[in-house]
Amino acid sequence: MANGTIAVPGRTAEVDFYNVRGRYKGIWSWLLTVDHKRIGLMYMSGVIFFFLVAMTLGVFMRLEMLSPGETLMKAQTYNSIFTLHGVIMVFLFIIPSVPAIFGNFFLPLQIGARDVLFPRLNLMSWYLYMIGAVLAILSLFSGGGIMDTGWTFYVPYSIRTTTNVSMSVFAAFVLGFSTILTGINFIGTIHRLRCPGMTWFRMPLFCWSLYATSWIQVLATPVIGITLVLIILERLIGIGIFDPTLGGDPLLYQHMFWIYSHPAVYIMILPAMGVVSEIIPTFSKKPIFGYTPIAMSSLGIALVGYLVWGHHMFSSGISDTSRVIFSLLTFFVALPSGIKVFNWVATLYKGSITVAAPMLFTLLFIFIFSIGGLAGLVLGALNTDLHLTDTYFVVAHFHYVMFGGMGIIFFASLHYWFPKMFGKMYNERRAKIAAVWIAIGFNCLYFPMYIMGYMGMPRRYYDYLPEFQIYHIIATVGSWILVSGILFMFANLLIGLRRGSPAPDNPWGGTTLEWTVPSPPPMENFEEIPVVTRGPYDHTEVDGKEEKLMQ
Amino acid sequence: MSNHTDTANEEIHEVHMHRDDFGSKMGMWLFLFTEILLFGGLFLLYAGYRFIYPDGFAAAAAELDVLLGCINTVILLTSSLTVVLAIVALQKNNKKLSLFFLWVTVICGLVFLVNKYFEWGAKFHHGIYPKGPALQEMSEGEVMYFGLYYVMTGLHALHIIVGLAFIGFIMWQIKKDIITSTNFQRFENSGLYWHLVDIIWIFLFPLLYLIH
Repeated sequence: MANGTIAVPGRTAEVDFYNVRGRYKGIWSWLLTVDHKRIGLMYMSGVIFFFLVAMTLGVFMRLEMLSPGETLMKAQTYNSIFTLHGVIMVFLFIIPSVPAIFGNFFLPLQIGARDVLFPRLNLMSWYLYMIGAVLAILSLFSGGGIMDTGWTFYVPYSIRTTTNVSMSVFAAFVLGFSTILTGINFIGTIHRLRCPGMTWFRMPLFCWSLYATSWIQVLATPVIGITLVLIILERLIGIGIFDPTLGGDPLLYQHMFWIYSHPAVYIMILPAMGVVSEIIPTFSKKPIFGYTPIAMSSLGIALVGYLVWGHHMFSSGISDTSRVIFSLLTFFVALPSGIKVFNWVATLYKGSITVAAPMLFTLLFIFIFSIGGLAGLVLGALNTDLHLTDTYFVVAHFHYVMFGGMGIIFFASLHYWFPKMFGKMYNERRAKIAAVWIAIGFNCLYFPMYIMGYMGMPRRYYDYLPEFQIYHIIATVGSWILVSGILFMFANLLIGLRRGSPAPDNPWGGTTLEWTVPSPPPMENFEEIPVVTRGPYDHTEVDGKEEKLMQ
Repeated sequence: MSNHTDTANEEIHEVHMHRDDFGSKMGMWLFLFTEILLFGGLFLLYAGYRFIYPDGFAAAAAELDVLLGCINTVILLTSSLTVVLAIVALQKNNKKLSLFFLWVTVICGLVFLVNKYFEWGAKFHHGIYPKGPALQEMSEGEVMYFGLYYVMTGLHALHIIVGLAFIGFIMWQIKKDIITSTNFQRFENSGLYWHLVDIIWIFLFPLLYLIH
């Protein structure tokens, strides 16, 4: 595909991509750019903004739960807030966070390409993301008020409620389109634009995880697309397909929803696992243990993750046969995840470990994700799930794997690639303090939810019995610690952005291709397309000969 | 990148303007996968409801006009053929013939839509539409059938309209010599899209019209 904005004569490689002069000036040089790095940063501004919005909503929920009864808000307000928190976090933060920001920025750099395969499509994906976001915001102020269905939009409630479900659902549809186009773009990029010598099994593992993620995006998202369209049609003209009074079956809605939404949790977690596989070898100064199993387990997760959606419906009235099969397959999906965790730990073994901030976040991830993953097995087993379904145990599990997984790794990626993206260093000591601060707040907030969920505290209620109050108080205090830690971390990064010292090309001693180019990278990434002669993560002879060890 | 070996010179931006026909076609195929899954969701619902309401589906399917469905099938298959012929004609540098075949395709597509309009119109006339008087008298199975019928054929008709827009755009680009006998990947991609729309109809036709 032709790239329109590169109308710069002669050598542009020395000028970084912030200062390069293109066809457009000022704000238009960003809004009309087809450069993957700028698009990645534009995603970043949107994603972080919506993360902060949804985080604020979460804080309000925790404040309401501080004491029993109606204290801060009415039941309807609480319903709207948890719906918004879920929808924004899932569709506007978690799904696009690592792939759309860091995938866009670093996939071409890591495989030695100048851009993605379809740069204009890439820009279009960003616009679709923003249009979806604007529609989601508009839906708050129009129609029958803020949606109150929860992020799963379950029928029949979602076709009965008077709140503005149609527009929010349409926003999710548009966001899905954005995801699909990004997925197509990344698959094409990985197939077509790897530099000479960059064979499939010399690709950094982050690229492998993006590859698996992109396939899920392409193959799963359309199913939610048609499901959401059916909800809108149901509300607008009463087509009847999901309406039990007309003969429709709400259970089929749940199937359709989870056929997408379960693979979607792997859209959320796989890129994070890829980042972990980058950070651990870099800070252990050791080749990754089990490169091929890690790469293949990404594909394995993508494949098996497609077949386990029924475990969200154990209590919905599906047949015993299918429940047993779905439960068994759910256990299978833990295997590739386990392979990854063991390989990461094995990489650490006898490594020369530097506990810098990105590494600290990554170690935190392994700790939290293991707890969350094991809790997932508790929920995947039929008999325990019947006891725990729709309780705070599920909420705790979900936040341990999603926030503890994707969220924490989002922070880790921010720190790991910050010098490359912005050409500045942040304050290392403050970043480490933030990581520990977040670790304390996180566990303080979500661990009590396991306990009260096990005791029977149902999710999605604004009120509760007094015996649960002690856990709610701990969780709410935890939310204050967590949020202040996150704000402290962002503040530290912002200070680094404004006043940080210039970053060297390779501050961490990484071996993948993005560390061979200047920080920040030039417009065309590589002055000369590199030729790769070895696999990634070759840390074998680190005696001042790092130049030669670059991939 | 097709020409990464000769980038050592100063024409760095040259590489950025590269053309990758294979990659472009690959992107189109990936997009077609997503279309298949979009309709796949509806086929899944069709299977589910057919299993729940076999009698209602049989009764409702009898209401459709098989002849009209057959005619539309023939029309769409012909239009797929003419798209292929148009591509071959352009490859052989016969611009005029290529445009002629594309006109035939467009006319076929429009006739299909007109037939669909009359088909839907007749149903509406008899009160068979969501919340319509006749449909409310029918059994649950028939309501499900017609719900799916309208969604599936409606979404398909929407794809026809999009496909026609693509083909119109291609015709304009052929006229302007942007698409030529050496640079026709965009044309081929639109052709692929049109075939997909055709293939989906090939599945819709027996499922909705023929199985009683």
